Amino acid sequence: MKKQRYERPLIKKLEDNMPNKFGMRKEYLPMTHIDDVSVKELIDQYGSPLFVISERKIRDNIRKAKTAFETRYPKVQFAWSYKTNYLNAVCNTFHQEGSWAEVVSEFEYDKAIHNGINGSKIIYNGPDKTEESIVKAINNSSLIHIDHLDEFYTIRDVAIRLNKIARVAIRVNMDTGIYPMWDRFGFNYENGQAWTALNKIMHSDVMNLVGLHTHIGTFMLSPNAYAVAAGKLADLAIGIRDRYKHEIEYIDMGGGFASMNKLRGSYLPGTDINPTINDFAEAITGALISSNFGPGKLPLLILETGRALIDDAAHLLGTVISNKRLSDGRRSTIIDIGVNLLFTSFWYEHNITPAQPFTQYSEDTVVYGPLCMNIDVLRENISLPLLNRGEHVVIQNVGAYNMTQWMQFITLRPRIVMIDMEGNPHVVRERESLERLLEFERMPDHLKDFKL
Amino acid sequence: MKIKQDVAVSDSGFVFNPTTGDSFSVNPIGMEIIKLMKEGKSMEEINKSVLENYNVEEKTIEKDLYDFIEMLGHYSLREENGQT
Repeated sequence: MKKQRYERPLIKKLEDNMPNKFGMRKEYLPMTHIDDVSVKELIDQYGSPLFVISERKIRDNIRKAKTAFETRYPKVQFAWSYKTNYLNAVCNTFHQEGSWAEVVSEFEYDKAIHNGINGSKIIYNGPDKTEESIVKAINNSSLIHIDHLDEFYTIRDVAIRLNKIARVAIRVNMDTGIYPMWDRFGFNYENGQAWTALNKIMHSDVMNLVGLHTHIGTFMLSPNAYAVAAGKLADLAIGIRDRYKHEIEYIDMGGGFASMNKLRGSYLPGTDINPTINDFAEAITGALISSNFGPGKLPLLILETGRALIDDAAHLLGTVISNKRLSDGRRSTIIDIGVNLLFTSFWYEHNITPAQPFTQYSEDTVVYGPLCMNIDVLRENISLPLLNRGEHVVIQNVGAYNMTQWMQFITLRPRIVMIDMEGNPHVVRERESLERLLEFERMPDHLKDFKL
Repeated sequence: MKIKQDVAVSDSGFVFNPTTGDSFSVNPIGMEIIKLMKEGKSMEEINKSVLENYNVEEKTIEKDLYDFIEMLGHYSLREENGQT
C-alpha cells in the first residue's frame, strides 16, 4: 500500500471573536516554480538559502516604468540606483534597457565604470564624495549632485586644479507635506539654502549647472508629495532662467517609489494600498507640464527608481530547520534564512510561501531565522501552512537592498542565481567561503600559538 | 494517555469540549491519533500506526506526536495523570 503524504498533526482552537494579530491566511497555492524553473531543483543544485533573480521580471518592470513616464512626458531617462542592488548582472540588465547609473560612493562609482558605463552617464549623489572620486567624476564629465557647501568648495578647487568644467546639480530638500522631511541631504528650498548654493555655482567659472535634483523620501505612499517636489524644482529652474538666462538640462526626481511589499504594522497588503508607478508618473509629469517652462523647453526628467523596479524580481529560497512549540503554546518555525540575509524583514512583513503542496490547514506561527540571536525574527505573526523539517519556502519581494545590506554574520552569504529570458539559471554571485573571508585577516606573530 | 470521555469528536475533524465550551478543528492525521487515543492505544501503538500509513521518519513522528499530545493537554482535552 502506498503511504500517504505526511503532515504533522494539528489541533486548532476555533475562535469567533475579533481577528487576531496573525491575520488571515494568505497563501493558497505553493510556489513550486520561478520563471518555470523548479524551486526544489534550484535548491538541490545551488544550495539553501538561495537568492533567485528573474531577468524577465526586471526587464518587464523597467519597460513598464518607461512606458508610464514616456507616455506622459517627452524626455525621460532612468538611472539605476546602484545601492538598491549593485550586483553587476542586475546593473547590466538595467543598462541594457537604457538606464544610466546612479551611485552614492566612490566604490559604487568605480563599480559603474567597471561595468562599462560612460562617465557622462553616471549620476554621482551622496554626502561622502572623496576628493579622488571627484577628480574621476570631473575628468569623466559625470553629473555631480552637490550635497553640501563643503563639497561645493572641494569640487571647485579640484576643477580649478584640473582646469576643467565640472557638470553639477544641487540636491534640494523641501517640505512636500510628508513626515519625516528628509532635510539632512542637500540644500533646503524653503529657507533659501538652495538659492545660496545655486548663486555660488552660477558665479563660479569652473562649474556648469546642468540640473536640479531631489529625493524626498523612501517607500513613499503619497504620489502627491512628488507633485509638490516637482513643482518646487520647476520653480527653481525657472528662477535660474529668469535671473541668469541659464536653462538647466534636467530635473532629477530621485527615487523612493514604494514597491508592493507590506510595511510592518500596515493592515492591508501592499498590492492593495501602495501607489503604482503610473500614479507616481502622473503626479510628477503633471506638475512639470503644468509649470512655467516654455513650449519645447521642458527639461529632461531623470528618475532614480530602485526599489519599485527590483523588489518583486527577486526571491529568497530557504529550508525549514525545525518546528518548535513556545512556552505560551505558539508554534514557531526555524528556517535557514536569517535577518543577516533578509535585512528588509525589519521593515516589511514578507510573504513566506511553501514551495511544495500543502493542505488547507494552517497554524499561527512565529518564523525565526537560524542565528543564535534573539533579534533573528522574520515574521512575528503569520498564519502558515504546516511545514515539515527539510521542506522549502519562498520569500517574495526581496530584490531591493537585501543583496547590498546583507551581513556576513554568523553564517556565510549564499549564492545568487539569475534566471535568464530563456529560463536558464546562472550563478551571478558565488557563495562565500571561509578561505575567502580569512584572506582579509592578519594574525600577529605572538598570537599564532596557544596551549589549552 | 486518553482523551477525556466527555469530549465529542466528529469524523469531519471537529472536536468539542463540553466542559469549557471550546471547539477545535483537527487535521486528518490529528483525527486518526485522537481516535486511537480514544481507543486506549499506547504512544508506541500510535507511533507504529502512523509510521505504517504515512511517509514519515520515526524521529519526526515521535517529535510531532509529543507536541500534539502536549497541545491536547494545553487545551484540557486529555485525562490528567491518575485520572481514568
